[in-house]
Parts: sequence; structure tokens; C-alpha cells
Amino acid sequence: MSGKTKTTKTESVPGGFLVLGFHVPVRRASAAAASSPAFAPNAFIRIGQDETVTLAVNKSEMGQGVFTALPMLICEELEADWGKVQVASASSMAKDYRHTSWGVQGTGGSSSVASEWDRLRRVGAAAREMLVSAAAATFAADRSECRAENGAVIHVPTGRRLTYGQLVEKASEMEPPKNVALKQPKDFKLIGKPTHRLDTPEKTDGSALFGLDVSIPGMLTALIARSPVFGGKLKSFNAQKAKTLPGVVDAFEIPSGVAVIADSFWSARKGRDALELTWDEGEGGKLSTDALREQYAQLARTPGTVARQDGNAAEAFAKAAKQLSAEYDVPYLAHAPMEPLNCVVDLRDESCEIWTGTQAQTMDQRRAAAITGLKPDQVKINTMYLGGGFGRRGSKTSDFVSEAAHVARALRKPVKVMWTREDDIRGGYYRPLWHDRIEAGLDASGHPVAWRHTIVGQSILVGSRYEASMVEGGIDETSVEGAADLPYSIPNIQVELHTPSLPVTTLWWRSVGHSHTAFVVESFLDELAHAAGRDPFEFRRALLGSAPRHLKVLELAAEKAGWGEALPAGRGRGIAVHKSFDSYVAQVAEVSVADGKVKVHRVVCAVDCGMTVNPDTVAAQMESGIVFGLSAALYGAITLKDGRVEQSNFKNYPILRMGEMPEVQVHIVPSREEPSGIGEPGVPPIAPAVANAVFMATGVRIRRLPINAEVLKKP
Amino acid sequence: MAGNLVTINFSVNRRNYTVDVAADTPLLWVLRERLGLTGTKYGCGIAQCGACTVLVDGAAIRSCVTPVSSVVGKEITTIEGLSADRSHPLQKAWIDEDVPQCGYCQSGQIMAAAALLARKKEPSDADIDAAMSGILCRCGTYQRIRRAIHRAAAISGKGGTT
Repeated sequence: MSGKTKTTKTESVPGGFLVLGFHVPVRRASAAAASSPAFAPNAFIRIGQDETVTLAVNKSEMGQGVFTALPMLICEELEADWGKVQVASASSMAKDYRHTSWGVQGTGGSSSVASEWDRLRRVGAAAREMLVSAAAATFAADRSECRAENGAVIHVPTGRRLTYGQLVEKASEMEPPKNVALKQPKDFKLIGKPTHRLDTPEKTDGSALFGLDVSIPGMLTALIARSPVFGGKLKSFNAQKAKTLPGVVDAFEIPSGVAVIADSFWSARKGRDALELTWDEGEGGKLSTDALREQYAQLARTPGTVARQDGNAAEAFAKAAKQLSAEYDVPYLAHAPMEPLNCVVDLRDESCEIWTGTQAQTMDQRRAAAITGLKPDQVKINTMYLGGGFGRRGSKTSDFVSEAAHVARALRKPVKVMWTREDDIRGGYYRPLWHDRIEAGLDASGHPVAWRHTIVGQSILVGSRYEASMVEGGIDETSVEGAADLPYSIPNIQVELHTPSLPVTTLWWRSVGHSHTAFVVESFLDELAHAAGRDPFEFRRALLGSAPRHLKVLELAAEKAGWGEALPAGRGRGIAVHKSFDSYVAQVAEVSVADGKVKVHRVVCAVDCGMTVNPDTVAAQMESGIVFGLSAALYGAITLKDGRVEQSNFKNYPILRMGEMPEVQVHIVPSREEPSGIGEPGVPPIAPAVANAVFMATGVRIRRLPINAEVLKKP
Repeated sequence: MAGNLVTINFSVNRRNYTVDVAADTPLLWVLRERLGLTGTKYGCGIAQCGACTVLVDGAAIRSCVTPVSSVVGKEITTIEGLSADRSHPLQKAWIDEDVPQCGYCQSGQIMAAAALLARKKEPSDADIDAAMSGILCRCGTYQRIRRAIHRAAAISGKGGTT
């Protein structure tokens, strides 16, 4: 082919309306597709006469595998042909799509499978019962003689068979059953079997559509110039020069800064660079993380709010045969999902349609409605694939959707608000910076008798819309999780919390509080083991008598890693175990240290997450959590100087690369317990496992992350 | 200000295009915003993450820092042009190993791997490290990427379609 090809938007962007097609919710699809009748007994299932089974997923797919695991739950009971299952991303419009315990649609807390485990299997079972009833009526046979299997109902005595597609009309006339019996786990055909992900093919040919890929007719592109410091306010701006640049359409103030509107990303970026801005920096301009760490360390020596008190830790510590204390520091961290934040808004007089990758549909919908002056049910959110979430896309303020709504309200044209990588890294909503002070006493036989842990760091929840429901007695549960629930049998335990208030915005970052408490608790426990002259694995074992699931993963990881076996010269092995999101994970890391750098050679991981839905996804999420946690342990740090974030992009906020990838082995504990979290629990143990391995290899105790050359220096 | 625009001719996925565009516009944005080829991703804008990797005359380059004016007359291959039906050995291997998680970086991963396999039929782990360390994956799929590249090499060795 040759010659000129038109490159106007409407003709050259094939994705534009395919987006709509894919994201039409199941309910509307059944209403709209009048020419093709379908059996759509609820908001989750639509079976067509062509045998296609479309299942709506009410959770955001950000890599954790919900577009496969949740359909597996429905399909297990529906007895559909798995090979005919298609997935649709649920829109924000139906209340049925809300989280079973949060009351709003959203994805987080590693809760998708655990919370949908019962509901979606019932959804599938109810539809199956209606299909069986429809078949029995058609066969003029008793229901008890009919069995659903692989997308068809069979009349067992005669072998007659009707496919689900053939039953569409009749099944639609059936009453949904009031009660359904669910299968026993021993009868599962799909649940628990390694299953290929349904979203893999479209993620290998570029056709998977992320928020950033959305294009709608007449759409303009916006970039926002935000305050260079936290809490800064715009004093004045001059956009004259910016507006003369080719492609720049407009520039105006919104609450978070100045929006530059252009016909393309490149024009918008040049336009933003040309803005003249003055800010009132306020207190935010004085912040420095070095100073903060010192303030936090001072605070840690004063009494805090008590989060746990067993016995009398102060008294037991004073009387202990051996006393140890240590202080640990971990920095602010950015989520840095590979897809920078973005949001497309099409605001009309009576409606607002939004396309974005979000973990918080209903809250975003409400915020967008409030900003645009519409009712929430006039705002529709289409959830695209998320190019990573890790918590950032479940914004506690709906910040990236709110900004886009403000831009759309002023612009009154379809618009895509984009974030550059620099905007993302410097944009706040970080994992908080934490300082921990911890003391313990050992008795004469080396058994710990006292444990005092003081935690200092900003609350994610205080001051947010979630404070009333999630902060109790001054304790933000997410600040102390993983510390206040210390599983080790120690008679005297005290955990205290200080919650300083700062303008730096914070947010849940994959594994939330556990991302720091596991590092502190499991590192210090290792210190105690060495002080007691005990093997760190045996020391933990002896203290986990009342924590059998911790013990099981600990022993499995140690066994598979060859704990106690000789290592090549220069290598060290470290172990850690941690419970988060009701799952139990132990990891053994093998490391060496050279030239001020840690090399992680191998990680052996054992996980107990109850019953597994898709074991291959469980393994993938462990691999993923380990890499995510390693990036933080080895490199991750957001630092502030004169209020400014010193990092800007992957060159100074590095993440693990292929050449640094350790060999990761995952072992799953067989279990009949209810399913628990899997997206986050792989993260917490890796930092302490590596830090403890570094100690074995070098004798240097790691009490600050990331483990850089400075931290690795012998004291 | 239309004087800033230049007319650029190049070929993408064996199809010729003529685009009027500012000469310094990175190829990435022309692919995504003008041609609608959104499989190539923006991740960093400074050649640090590799999400924007495409082939220019067979070599893997970072399209986010490649001015479109520098590819005049060249043949560009994006993820959409790797095969018509996911039949490239890398795509088959990626599906077999269930490599992607969020999937955002995978176009860049696959295109970098395609350039590697084109010059090295049976790459070693060290070859993979060297060729792939420029492409970041925040989900941590590196172990599966490595397996998939070895698998794709085996498929190609057996005469798999390319």
C-alpha cells in the first residue's frame, strides 16, 4: 500500500468504539441486543443463543487475575463450557456490582476472591438451576432426572441433551430459586485447577485497552501543572506564551493547579512547560525527609497511643536478663504503576461518562457527580484495564477523577487528562515514611519475655472520607497491622502509635501497613535469635506454638529452601514469615553482597491462602509481590528537600530489572480454609528475608531501607 | 504556527503513512494518537522503561525519545504488526506461560524479545538479561518472560510460524 493515509482522529483510531462494545455492562447488553435473545438472570451472567457465556467482573483487573478467578467462581456452579466464557468489565451503574462488605464498588485489600467466593458461586448456581428447570420442562421430565454439565442440560435416563443456547428463551421464563446448594470442594471441576488467564491473549497483541488508550470523538488532551510542594496554592499564572504554541487550545485554573488543553500530548506538554506560575508554598515548602526522620525518632521515645497491651512489657523489660533495642526507618514510596494515571471524561448537560482505570468506582462516581453538578446515577464509569494499581488507583480523594471532572466542567468538551511519569512520581499519595523503635528482653535461657514496639508515621485514613469507619480510639488499623497482631508467644507485649500530621499525601501502597511492620518485626526477631544464640528459623518455630498456619508456611519454606544446608562462600540466607490479608507467607532469600550492592539469587516462598481458585495466579502473585517488595527493599525511596520531591522518573526511582531477577519458587500449602488474599501478601516478607540474609552474608544488620551502599557499610 | 509542521512519510507494519506533524514529536505519540496504534505504550518518556519499544528496520528502539523526523522512509513494526493472529512464536509462548499480569509493559517486552530472537536464535540467560533489562515490568513477570523467550526459541527451532 502507498499514498496518503488520512490520520484524522475518527478514522485512525480503531479503538474508540470497540471500547464501548467491550464495556457495555451485561445488563444493558441484554436489553440492547433485542435481536439476539439472551438468558440474563442477574447482573453477572448473560448466555446467548450462540452459546456464548458473558460474565461481568465487578472488580478492576490490574494484573492480579480477577478477570479469570471471578469467572471461574461463577462457571464452577453454572456448569458452563469454560471455553465459551467471555468477560465484560462491569460498569459503575448497578448496585449489584458493589463490594459485598464495603457497600461501594471497589477493588482492594486483596479481598476480591475472598469477598466474592460465596456470592458469585451462588450467582452461578441460581442460573444453573433455572437452566435445569427449563430443560426439565422441555423434556417434560422431573428436575431430579436432569443434570447440568459443560454448557448443556442432560436428561440422564434418556440421554437427551439441550445446550444452554437452546434453553435461553425457556430459562428466561423460570423463577430464580430462593436457595441453592453449593458444591463441596471435592466436587470442584475448575476451582483449584491451574487455568490460563482469559486476558492473556489480548495482552500479547496490543489490543487490550487501558485507560490511556481510550479515544472518543472530539477529545482533547490535558496536562495539569500542580504545586511543586505539598499543600501549595496557586498565586498567579500567565498562559499567554503557552496559548500561542501550536496545538494548544486553552489554559485555565482548576483547584489543583492549571490545566493546559491541547490537541495532543506533545502540544500539551510544550504548553505546560511554557506556563509561568507562582505558588504560595506555605509550610510544605520547608519539608525535608532528613528532618522528619529526626523528629520521628524523638517522638518514638515518648509514650504513644496504645494499640496492644499484653502483661507489663516495661516491667518485664527492666527485669530481663538481656535487653536489646533498635530503630528502623523506611521511606516514603511511590506506587509507580507502569501506566501513568489518566482519565477520560465526556461531560454533557444531563450525563457524564468516564473511562479510566480505577479501583474505586462508586466513590469516584460520587465525586465526579458532586463536581459536575449531576446526580451519581447520571455519571457512568467505564473501568478499563489498569496498567498496574498497587493502591494508587484506589484514591482516597478520587484525585485523578476529580481533576478530570473539574477540567471537563470548565472545558465542556471531551477530554483526556494525562499524567507524565514525573507527575506520577512527584504527585504524592505515597506509602508513609515510618520510624519504628523496638525493645525486647530475653530471659536467661534466651526466651523473649518483653516486646515494646513504638511506631511513628502518618495515618493514611485520618482526615480522609474513610476515617469514621476505619479509625478507632486514635488507632489507624493500617498503621499497626502486622505489629499489633504479633503472632509470637511473648508474655509481655506493648505496641504504641504516634500519628503526626503533615501535608504530604499518603495512600495504601501494596500491602499497606504490612509493608513496614513486617520489615521491622521480622528483622528484630532475627536480631533476638542471634542475641539468644539460636538459629533464626528454630527461634521462630519455638515461638509459633499458637500460630499453626504461620508455622506451617515457615517450615515449608525452610524445607524447600534447604535451610541449614551449606551455601557457596559469600552467600547468606534469611527467613521471614508474615500474615496479611488473612494469608500466611514465608520466604527464604539467598543473597550475596558486592560493591555496595545486594544480589538476590533465589527466593523460596510458601503461601497458605486457604483454598486456591487459580493456583497459577497464586504463584504469579507471589512472584509479583516479591519483585515489588524487592524494588522497594533495594532501591525505593521518595525523599523531600525544601519541600520538593527529589525523584522524578525511573532513573532515580529505580525498580528491579530483568538482570536482577532472582529465581523464585512458590509452594502452596494445600488447604480447605476459606480463600484469603493473594495480591498483596507476597510483599511483606521479602524485605526482612533479604535484610536477614544480608546479615548472614556480611554481619551488617539492616535497619533502614532501601539497602543501598551507605546502609551496607559496616558500623 | 503551522510552519512548525512537516510532512513525514514512513511505513508502519508494512503500510505507508504520510503525516503532517511537528518534527520533534516522538514517534510514540504519532503511533498512538495519529495512527491509533495504542499497543505501544507510554511509561516514562525518557527511554528508561521500554514500554514504548518498537522495531525500526528490525532494531528495537525507544519510540518515546525518537523524533518522528528521524524515521522518514523507514520500516516500523509495532506489536500490532508482529502477526495478524497471535501466531508469532513469542505470542504463542507468552500465552502458554501466562506471562502478562497488568499487561501494560508487555508490548515493549515482546518487541524487545522479537529483536533479540531475530539476531540470536537460541539466546542464553545472559543474552536475555542484556536484551531485556531495559524493559521494566512493575508486576514482576521477569521469570515468566525468561521462560517464554526460551520457549519461543524452541518453537521457532521447530519451524513455528513467524
